[in-house]
Amino acid sequence: MNLPSATDLFAYFKIGDWFVLFLSVLCTVWLTLTLWHGGAADHAVIRSGGKIFSRVPLSRDQTIAVPGPLGITQIAIKNLQARIASDPSPRQYCVQQGWLKQAGEIALCLPNQVSVELHDGKLGGSEKKYDSLNY
Amino acid sequence: MENWVAARKNMTASIIKLNTTAADHHIAKLAALAIGLSVLEAAIPSPLPGVKPGIANIVTLIVLARFGWRTAAWVTLLRVVGSGLLMGSVLTPGFFLSLSGALSSLMILAISQHLPARWFGAVTHSIFGAFAHIAGQLLLVYFWLIPHMGVAYLIPIFAAAALIFGTANGLIAAYFLSVEKRNVACA
Repeated sequence: MNLPSATDLFAYFKIGDWFVLFLSVLCTVWLTLTLWHGGAADHAVIRSGGKIFSRVPLSRDQTIAVPGPLGITQIAIKNLQARIASDPSPRQYCVQQGWLKQAGEIALCLPNQVSVELHDGKLGGSEKKYDSLNY
Repeated sequence: MENWVAARKNMTASIIKLNTTAADHHIAKLAALAIGLSVLEAAIPSPLPGVKPGIANIVTLIVLARFGWRTAAWVTLLRVVGSGLLMGSVLTPGFFLSLSGALSSLMILAISQHLPARWFGAVTHSIFGAFAHIAGQLLLVYFWLIPHMGVAYLIPIFAAAALIFGTANGLIAAYFLSVEKRNVACA
């Protein structure tokens, strides 16, 4: 049996086959882009002492001062991103976490009981879609 | 006592015989070929469960082109059950996944076989079948095994696999069909 060479393979495509192949490539690319977009965030939920302190859109650059038991935590919002700019906590974990970009990302400053979490969807509307995760 | 002996004689004398036609033998041979390919394929390691080439579907495609959809459906379903028996996976989730994949592929093929053969060949049917296969499997996974939208995260991987393996299997089937045609023409 003589196997065809790589260039001969094109002979086994009919015109409609190319069309279907093109469509399915488009379909695969579209599925990848829509399902793997990573969830762009559009607002941040800031909590203090377990209660919601404020919900702010990421569209306006600003710095927000949040009071906690140890002092003031500064939260900076810039370029649709958010971070803890300064915090009185001793180990500074939440500050070192840096900028949060995608929906679902969260920075916690436990000693000062302040957190900032990014959400997608409408301001004040959407909450987390799950209430527990297990592996 | 004599009655009992007579009854026993009658029992041993009766043989269960299935009346099989030439068409049945034909389908059985093709299904055996497909079962062989799927058992062969089970030896190939896969990075993600469910992502595999599906080379047994080459048989389905050739049968569809040569003998029509009814025969293709028989061969495919016999392959699913037969390879399930050989692999010991009958009634496990894996068995139902391949069954749902095969059923949805066959449904799509029932439609796509009516496309004009002048422009649409085995590659078209193979790609349609491959996408229908993953669609059927993912629906079963979502409604039965993992009712969580996280399943959607895997769709691009399965779609890419369907695209690549669907095209490859279709090309192989188109090659065999053209060789067959040439041999018939020479004979």
